[in-house]
Parts: sequence; C-alpha cells; structure tokens
Amino acid sequence: MKKGHLLAVLLGVSTVALILIGTEWPVPSAAAYAGGGSLLRSSSTPEAAAANLVDQIRMQSWNKAYIGLANKAQFTEQEFVHDITGYDPSLRTYATLESVELAPLHESADDAEIRVKLHWSTVVGTNVSTRDLHVVRNGDHWEVEWPIIKKAVVPPQVIAVNYLRWDVIYRGSGDDWGIQDVEAPHVRIVDMHPVDRAEGVVIVGELLNEDVVPAYVSVAATLLSKNQSPIATEGSFDKISHLLLPKQVTPFLIEFPRVSLSEVGSVRMVPTSSLVAASADPVIEIEGQQLNPAPGASLTGELINQSGQVVNVAHVLGTFYDKGGQVVWVADEYIDRALLPQAPVPFEIHIPQDLASKISSQRTVVATYSFGGS
Amino acid sequence: MRARWALLLGGLVITVSQSAFAAGGRMSVPKTIEAGNSFSIQISGSGNATLFIVGTGQVIKRDVQLGQTVYFAAGSLYNAGHYLAVLEGDSSAETESLDVVSATKPSILSFLAKPSRLPVSLHGGITGAVYVFDAYHNLISEPMPLSFELASPTGTVQKHVTVTRYGAAWAEMDSTAQQGIDQFLARAGELSSTRIIAQVPGDPCGLKMSAQQSGQQIQLVTDAVRDCNGNAVPDGTIVTFTQTFEGSQSTIDEPLKHGIAQVTISAHNGALLSVASGVVMGNQIRWEK
Repeated sequence: MKKGHLLAVLLGVSTVALILIGTEWPVPSAAAYAGGGSLLRSSSTPEAAAANLVDQIRMQSWNKAYIGLANKAQFTEQEFVHDITGYDPSLRTYATLESVELAPLHESADDAEIRVKLHWSTVVGTNVSTRDLHVVRNGDHWEVEWPIIKKAVVPPQVIAVNYLRWDVIYRGSGDDWGIQDVEAPHVRIVDMHPVDRAEGVVIVGELLNEDVVPAYVSVAATLLSKNQSPIATEGSFDKISHLLLPKQVTPFLIEFPRVSLSEVGSVRMVPTSSLVAASADPVIEIEGQQLNPAPGASLTGELINQSGQVVNVAHVLGTFYDKGGQVVWVADEYIDRALLPQAPVPFEIHIPQDLASKISSQRTVVATYSFGGS
Repeated sequence: MRARWALLLGGLVITVSQSAFAAGGRMSVPKTIEAGNSFSIQISGSGNATLFIVGTGQVIKRDVQLGQTVYFAAGSLYNAGHYLAVLEGDSSAETESLDVVSATKPSILSFLAKPSRLPVSLHGGITGAVYVFDAYHNLISEPMPLSFELASPTGTVQKHVTVTRYGAAWAEMDSTAQQGIDQFLARAGELSSTRIIAQVPGDPCGLKMSAQQSGQQIQLVTDAVRDCNGNAVPDGTIVTFTQTFEGSQSTIDEPLKHGIAQVTISAHNGALLSVASGVVMGNQIRWEK
C-alpha cells in the first residue's frame, strides 16, 4: 500500500517536472507547431535554404515561403500556392506533406541544384512528387528559385460534347414476380494468373465488358487449398477500373498477404457487374507510353484530357505482359493533379525490379473522376 | 404458420372427438372438389353437431342440423390440398377426408424469360419457363398444352409447342441474326403472357481503320463498325487505337459515335498503327509520309 503511494507521488512529481522542462526548453519542432517559434534554420547553405522552404510548405506558411524565393518576381504568391496545392480540386488539394527527401545534385560557390522528393499523404495513399530546385547565393544566405509550373492556358473555345450517356430505369418494388428486371451487363474474365510474391499471393488478370451497356464491375477471388477448403477471400478494391464502357477491358490485381502459392490448390474467381448510368465522356489520350528498364523500371507517359471538362482525379492502370502475351503484373498510379482540357500531365508507374525483365509489352487504361460528375 | 395451426387444431379436434364419440350422424363427403367450386355435404342422423373442415391454410366451422345437407358456396374452399371434414356431436365425432384440386382452366401464367438482353445468333441463348396457375393461385399440375413464340422485328417467328409437366413448362430459343426487340410470348389456351428480349449486336467483325495526314497529325477513322451479321455496333462501344513508335506506345480508348470511331494523334514516320475493340483486333497500318 505504501509502495503504491510512493509510486503515485513519484509519477506526479516527474510529470510536473517534465511539463516544466518542456515549457522552459521546448524542442524546436514543438515550439514551431505551437506557433511560439520557428523550425527554420539559417539559410547559410543551399541544403538549409531548401529545407527551410520545405518546412514552410509543410506548415502552409505560404507567404513566408514565397517571400524567401529568389525568383518570386516571375509569379504571384497565389500562383505559387496553386502550383503546390493544385489549380483545380484534386487529390493534392486535400493532401498533407508527410516527409521530404533532399538530395544535392550539384553545388558551386554561387549556385546549387537540389532534388526534392515530396511525399504527400493523400486519401488513396502516399504520392511522391519530385522537383529539382535551383538555389542561388544572395549575399550571406541562399535562396531557392522555385521551378514554377504555371497553369496550362487553354484558349477560349467551345468543345462540342456529343458522347453517349446511358441512363437506367430499374425495376420498381411493386412489380410482380416474373416481370423482368434490367439485365446486368455481361462481363468476362479474359485472363487470370496467380503470382507468388514475397508479401503473398497476387492474382492478376483482365476483365472485359462484352455487353453493349456500361458496367460497374469488381472481382473477388477465393484461394482454395489442395483439399478445396477456402484459405482466404479478397477483392480487387481499387486495383481495377470499376466503370467499363462496352467492349472495354480493365486489368485487376487482388492481393493475398501472407499466403504462399504452394498452399493453393485452385482459385475461385467471381466477377460481378451491375448496370449503371454512365457517360462516354471524357476521353483521355495516353501518349508516349514508354517502358523503362531496370533499375528503376517504370512505365511513363502523358495523359491528355480530350474533353472540355476538368478531370479532378485520374487513376492510371498499367497491365504488363510477357512475350507470350500473358499478364504478369498490374500496377497503378493516381495522378494528384487535375487534368485540364488538352493539357498533358505526366505519369509514372513503378514496376517491380524482378518482374521488369519478363515484361515485353503493356496496355494502359485510365479511370477518371470529376467532382460533381462521374 | 396458419396452416400448421389449422392442422394442429384439426388433429386436436379429431383426437378429442373420437375418444368421446359413441353414436350419431354420418357424413357423405365428396372425395374431390375443384378449388373454388360450390359443394355440399349430406349428413344423416338427428340433433345438432359441429362440422369442421380443416386443410392447408383454411378452416371452416359450421353448426349443423343432423339429417340435412350442408351447402358451401363457391369460393369457400380455394386452396388445393388434402382436407379433413370432422363432424362433432355431443358425444361422438366422425372424420372423412376430401381433396381440393386446382381448377383445370388456367387463369395466371407466371412467365420467366432469360436473359432480357443477349447478342444475336446465339444458339439456345433464350430460355423461357412458365408456371400455370388457376384463379386461386393453385399450380395446375394436370398436363396442358402450352406454346412459346419468339417474334423478331423482321417478322420471323420461332414456335415451340410443349405440354406442362407438374404445372411447369420451358423452352429454349435461338437469338436471330438481326438485332432488335423481340416479343417472347407464352400461351396456354386463351391466356398469354409476353416478355421483351433485346437482341444486341455481337462483337465487331472485320474492324478496319484508315489513316490520313491532318496537318502535323494523323487522323485515324474506322469504317462503320458492324458485327459478323452486319448489325451496326452501338455507339459508345470502345475502340482502342494504338500507335507504336520506336518502343513508345500511345493509346486512346475512343467510343463509337455515329457508328465510327475517329481520333487525331501525333504523326511519326514509321509508326505502327493498330485498332481493336474488346478482344477483337482490327487492321494495322505502317505510317509512311
């Protein structure tokens, strides 16, 4: 009983002591976030100048960040903010800067190049954007020249959109038994392969909407052991383009963490589809698709929105085939910038190093989402 | 649930009555009656008694005078099944059974047709199943002739005549070569029921595009896209154009508009241009200025 009291007193005293220490001598980051100080160090080196700018971006101190730029005369503060957060609502608009990597590329007495990798935390996961910063000496300190990407200017014009739109009238609750409902779209899995990976089994494949109406699709898979008992069931989640127009093909990828392919006897695939209202607009052109070999194997290219409306979120899915035309991998990337009409936006989908040598061709599809639309 | 209670009540009545039954009236119950028809039960003897008719989903209770005929109006017994007639006197009970059978005249056809939309020229692609009921929703288990007719917009009619078995009949039909809305009709006597079947074009056939210079770009245009039966593939169908040039590839998924798909892409001398729709490949063009 006495020991308990002693422990309580000790804990109380130590808590008070720690509070006093923290208040009197706070760590710089805590003081900065509390508004009582700054994380910023002296910009006496190019790295320090870049780090300061990144910290200001993280804290959304846009004015301080803008004022400290060497080339601020070339653009307004608003343009600077929009360049970072997006000119139109997009994934980046709602993202927060999670972490940063700084890598000096070149340095001389008066200028330096620093590569900055910004890891943004978005609703669909981490998104990395890379900027090469030119840092210049200005007297006794260094200033960053921000590589501004100005909003693409689309000339005033009228883009006539006369693509199809499908609307659906579903069966009413009062209809008698035996009255037909609207038939669900017919979809078919045209390819499927299990892949054994270090993190588990992955099922990759392709799904075709073979109907003449749009389909909202998803795929579920159940791994069965050699004695046909189920091991696990998983769905494709977002590794698929859920909306398929007639004769459109989407890749899919289903992950089964911590399962070895040697345990699997067979796989039961269940594609599901439902008829949904949809529009054939917007059309996105995927230009300059390039398979880049290892190291850093990737698929790069550019998306061009051929319609007249802004696409807020684009999801690029790449299907990778071997020489025999079989699917060996599926990878994706969300574009964290809105796609403006006719303005190219680059994408880069990373490919696992060990699979890169097996890949001989690819196919890319884009799923799009517009706020207030489809 | 109601049926169970009715049977339970009936059983209880029989048990109690038979144990107490000594002498009294006798019933003359028809062995079979048609659902919904009127019928009568002749009861001999004298005095008063209570008549119960207990069956699936129905119980009728009547206070009767022995020695008289008890009449039941049309519609009194309408659920097909096996019934018990129990006559309970002061000290006695008698039990007879009767069967209520479905009417022979069909009144309701439940017609299930699948699918409501399918590609043209599909052998056995359409199935229709019919369940025949009388006016009281009793399945008519007696065999009866039934016909299925699938009429296409061109006037072609596929007909299949069959006989119901245990109240049901089904048929398989082929979709025709021409797209359009078909009327699928099931007929039993004067009764009929219709369903709509949409026959839609199949996969594109002989997909072909042409290319022509358009300024610094190439305009790719498909011929009118049709299936192998000559039906126009509907607008909105995705056609994929691909340009492969020096290891780089560009693709556009373009929906059909007014029966054709057309795109404009950057021109590269020596580029290989190809077109596809779904799993169907079209022609390839090597672009040379």
